Amino acid sequence: MMQFMLLFSRQGKLRLQKWYVPLSDKEKKKITRELVQTVLARKPKMCSFLEWRDLKIVYKRYASLYFCCATEGQDNELITLEIIHRYVELLDKYFGSVCELDIIFNFEKAYFILDEFLLGGEAQETSKKNVLKAIEQADLLQENIDFQTSLFAAPS
Amino acid sequence: MSDVVEKTLTALPSLLSLDSQPGSAKLSTNSKLGSLIRGITELTSKHEEEKLIQRELSSIKEQVSSPNTTMRQMKELMVRTIYCEMLGYEATFSYIHAIKLAQQGNVLEKRVGYLAVSLFLNESHELLLLLVNTVLKDLQSTNLIEVCMALTVVSQMFPKDMIPAILPLVEEKLNHSKEIIRRKAVLALYKFYLIAPNQVQHIHNRFRKALCDKDPGVMSASLHIYLQLIQENPESYKDLTASFVTILKQVVAGKLPMDFNYHSVPAPWLQIQLLRILSLLGKSDQSTSEVMYEILDESLRRAEMNHNITYAILYECVKCIYTIHPKSELLEKAAKVIGNFVLSQRINLKYLGLKALTYVVHQDPRLALQHQMTIIECLDHPDVIIKRETLELLFRITNDQNVTVIVEKMLDFMSINKEDHTTADLVGKVAELAEKYAPDNEWFVETMNTVFSVGGDTLQPDIPNSFLKLLSEGFDDEEENKKLRLFAVNSYISLLQGEPSKLPQRFLQAICWVLGEYSHLREDVEPDLVLRLLVKLLNIKSTSSETKSWILMAMTKLCSGGAPLSVPLEVSETYSSSMDTMLRQRAQELQYLSQNPELQARVLPRGVSQEPMEVDSSLSFLDGFVSEALAAGAAPYKPPHQRQEELSRSKALSLEPYGLSLPISMSSCSIADRQSPTLLSVSSGLSGDRTDHSHKGGSTTLKLDGVRRVWGKEGYLAQRESAEETAPVEAPSPLQPLVQQGDGDASYSQTPTPIPECEQEKQQLASSLFVGLASQSSVCLMGKSEQTSQRFRRKLKDPAASFPSSTQNPLVSPPSSVGHLLLDSSISSDLISSPEQTHLSSVDLTVANGEVELPDRDMKGIKSTLLREDSALAAGSSPHEELDRPKDSCLTSHLPAELSGLPHSEITPLCTSPSLDLSSCHVQKDDSLVLLVFMKSSSDYDIQQIQVQVTCEELEVSCVCDSPVEELKSHGVVVCQYFLTVKSPSVYFVLSGMMSHQIPDNSLQETQFSHRIPLTSFLRPLRLSTEEYGTMWLAFSHDTKQNLPLMMDAEEPLTATLKVLKDKLQLHVVEIIGNEGIVACCLRQDQPCLLHCRVHAGMLAVWLRSPIPELPDCLLYHCQRALQES
Repeated sequence: MMQFMLLFSRQGKLRLQKWYVPLSDKEKKKITRELVQTVLARKPKMCSFLEWRDLKIVYKRYASLYFCCATEGQDNELITLEIIHRYVELLDKYFGSVCELDIIFNFEKAYFILDEFLLGGEAQETSKKNVLKAIEQADLLQENIDFQTSLFAAPS
Repeated sequence: MSDVVEKTLTALPSLLSLDSQPGSAKLSTNSKLGSLIRGITELTSKHEEEKLIQRELSSIKEQVSSPNTTMRQMKELMVRTIYCEMLGYEATFSYIHAIKLAQQGNVLEKRVGYLAVSLFLNESHELLLLLVNTVLKDLQSTNLIEVCMALTVVSQMFPKDMIPAILPLVEEKLNHSKEIIRRKAVLALYKFYLIAPNQVQHIHNRFRKALCDKDPGVMSASLHIYLQLIQENPESYKDLTASFVTILKQVVAGKLPMDFNYHSVPAPWLQIQLLRILSLLGKSDQSTSEVMYEILDESLRRAEMNHNITYAILYECVKCIYTIHPKSELLEKAAKVIGNFVLSQRINLKYLGLKALTYVVHQDPRLALQHQMTIIECLDHPDVIIKRETLELLFRITNDQNVTVIVEKMLDFMSINKEDHTTADLVGKVAELAEKYAPDNEWFVETMNTVFSVGGDTLQPDIPNSFLKLLSEGFDDEEENKKLRLFAVNSYISLLQGEPSKLPQRFLQAICWVLGEYSHLREDVEPDLVLRLLVKLLNIKSTSSETKSWILMAMTKLCSGGAPLSVPLEVSETYSSSMDTMLRQRAQELQYLSQNPELQARVLPRGVSQEPMEVDSSLSFLDGFVSEALAAGAAPYKPPHQRQEELSRSKALSLEPYGLSLPISMSSCSIADRQSPTLLSVSSGLSGDRTDHSHKGGSTTLKLDGVRRVWGKEGYLAQRESAEETAPVEAPSPLQPLVQQGDGDASYSQTPTPIPECEQEKQQLASSLFVGLASQSSVCLMGKSEQTSQRFRRKLKDPAASFPSSTQNPLVSPPSSVGHLLLDSSISSDLISSPEQTHLSSVDLTVANGEVELPDRDMKGIKSTLLREDSALAAGSSPHEELDRPKDSCLTSHLPAELSGLPHSEITPLCTSPSLDLSSCHVQKDDSLVLLVFMKSSSDYDIQQIQVQVTCEELEVSCVCDSPVEELKSHGVVVCQYFLTVKSPSVYFVLSGMMSHQIPDNSLQETQFSHRIPLTSFLRPLRLSTEEYGTMWLAFSHDTKQNLPLMMDAEEPLTATLKVLKDKLQLHVVEIIGNEGIVACCLRQDQPCLLHCRVHAGMLAVWLRSPIPELPDCLLYHCQRALQES
């Protein structure tokens, strides 16, 4: 089971965080700070897996953004790497060649996609089509509501 | 994503200025968030950012609490708050508003509200209780999106205690027509199972249904639950093996819809999940493993594409193949895959290859040998992670021949490593290796010195303890012991003469103990010198007060050696007024004992031999003192737990600070392990030499002289020298013997003829690292026989473990289970005809077809186990029934006379060895449970010295007679009795046992077994009056509440339900008034559990209280089962 997922920039700015295990805010901050430091210190050609404290860290860099997952001892490192990759594919398809800015300004969308893909730390739907379908249905609703409000000039 | 365009923050300003461009439209949708983000990026200092965010937060705070803020605005505010929280600024004020938004907003606002809740709170947060109603409402909504959102939030976090409130609704969703809803519901149940397994244990049949779902997505979601269930109890799910294999077969063959493909590999996540499940099921179980060989082979064959995802599957396959019962053909293939990983140029695969090697190296040391050159290269890899994993691998292959080199490599790594966690781990490993394989004393002491200095305060406390224990207990050879101690003393004196202030406290404590204990072994050193060194240590500022106590203790011991008294007196003077009580006590001891040689000799006798002192543990010599004190009006002594209880009851002042503050080991060692000073023979010159020799550590070049010396000692010198001689003539010769011994087609044999010097060095290193392995596999036959013997042992253990669950239905082998299923088809047909199943499309997992029989099969399994457990109780009412059973009858007659009238469980076989059959049953006495082990000889000769040991962590096991059974006549029966009492309650107690006996040729045979006893066997009615119940209820602190099913069809549901509990679990019904009832039971007199039952909304609301923390939960489990079954 995945313990948490962090997205951060090359400058060490946190862009997204999802915790699947209950931790206090203080612990979360400490882990984030130390882990970001550790991962950023690693050189490009190095191994994507880390044994860090008692966690197994799997990370990958896409352009300026680092995707970093912590998993349990028995989990398969390579498939975790593919989870990251599939998430990036989903973001890419949704935003249309995604970049860090898309995630900064629409981070709630990125969260919605993540929640549709991973649930409670496990992959729930691995089909790209199905994940995006679920997201788009909700988005469509938004447009409808927006349309209605503008049409009837309902009090906002 | 390779085609992601790299747009970094440097591009930000230019993008932001182009507001009218289409690309920026999506950036400015949240205009306020947009400006906030823009504002932050323009800032230059952290301080400015802080100010800006604080301003932002206070404005948000004002707006959210204003009554005029609409939900739509609230949604926007919440997004901004999430952003601020992500930056690390606290916004606790907004949490309640997030919940409100989820409650009151329309679908879209709700979505953000739920998101905020899931990001802000975790499952232990108290505000989460406020969400329960919202979730309840949304679960019942007709809007699918709302239902989805509710299920999503529930699967991420939900208060444990509130699960019963929504469980029926979530369960209902398993029948929903939309697969997305069903899938999310299954994952929600998975979450519930993780946080509160007891709450969902009655709906296991629902999981079966999910497993048979026509939608592969729902099915694979249910596998998460099964993985957990099987991890906890593989025995109960063996019957599913064939189904999992079928599913995997279909997945591998590409029968799933294209949607599930990932980079044209069919459903890799599903495949990996199934492989994990299979490896759990097949672990040390030959018949189950055989079912999966074919599909594993197929999986290996199919995963050929050069893509990460196929490697992920391969890796999982290999892990599975090495976990289950071995098959040589598959092992070979798996070894080849591992080889490919290790040799791969991709660093991730190399890492996993090394990792796989560490797993399998025990089973197959040749594999490490094959890749030795790669391993050597990895040892110098620039990536520390690779290095670290290589050391882990080396740690696993360490033996007494290569230990020096490997430990040196580990110490080298530690000197460059900065991370505490890794250091602590490695230090522990080095200490373990040093203790196990140390080639000589000098090396051992030196290595431990490094361990202590590097490990510092991250050191596990058991390392110094076991080191000191080893020094004091020593080996059989007294001469060797003395040398070791003397060497330690020498080494420590020189360390203290250096700069002791740099040494960690733990190390100093160990040094003090050793010097106090053994410095007299060095005749040429005056005790005065040691005392002065210790005083110097005392005066160092950084020395902790704990260490100071150790120093004073050491001084006390040294004084008996006739040292001048001036120093100790001075010291004791200083510290006898210390604020630290422990220190003060030590100072007093020092003062008193140093002036009174006679007492000193009695308290710390010198020259006493190794035998442990006889200690009067009953302290009977104090009896006089005690009776005097009692006569003078002192309070009688109460044991600590009793005091604790009284304290918690009366809430008096805690006396905690007066507890012991010094490790007990120290004081006990110092008295008991005084060593003899008479064995002085080794000249200090020799030991001085040795110090020099091993002081050379720490250089970074490859140092093999340590190894050379070891080899000389072990007789390997000649071999090694010849290798060196031939080296210039024939290039790879140092390796050659290894190559021949190892695998013929070893992949590194293509070494070019002229070998550069560094290469040669590497090969030398290789030969020293893999030396033990080579010798192991060179005697190939022996190596193999060792392996098989190991397996044999495991096999033996296995049927024993599975016996308790298979006594009534014979071991289910796959073909017979098919037959069984066919027979039962009449029962299963009604399941097949359930509406969902008729919609099965041919593409959608045809497995479902194959699987429909499963649910009822398993339910039967559950029933049969239940029956068996209950038989213990059923038998209680009519013990004569037992006699009808032919199987038991012969053994029943062997029941001890004093137990024969009492209820006893069915006699079940425990294990068999070639000459002995073990069976057992338990007898319920009023105050305890007696486990009877019947040993029946099946051999024609007499068996001697039979010993059966039974242990269990949660139980106290006391045997009636500890001595082994001297002799068992051929075909005779002997019975052993064990009294069991509960130490800490558990749903089931698993006893593990070991039986050993001698067979005629005097060799010892050992067999292991295990036996499971439910908590119910320990339950006894607790007869109380209602008043007594009332007072006890208030006194207990641990409680649990849950709703249980009520027997609605009975005339008086409450009475009927309680009667079931009374009959099945032996509870005592104290009183029933209206729709409430109180019930009591106990394990022993001091382990009661009280139940308060109330009929509420068609359910039985049970509230349990007990002084034992685990008892209510365990009892609840059995209540639930008892009610379900009736």
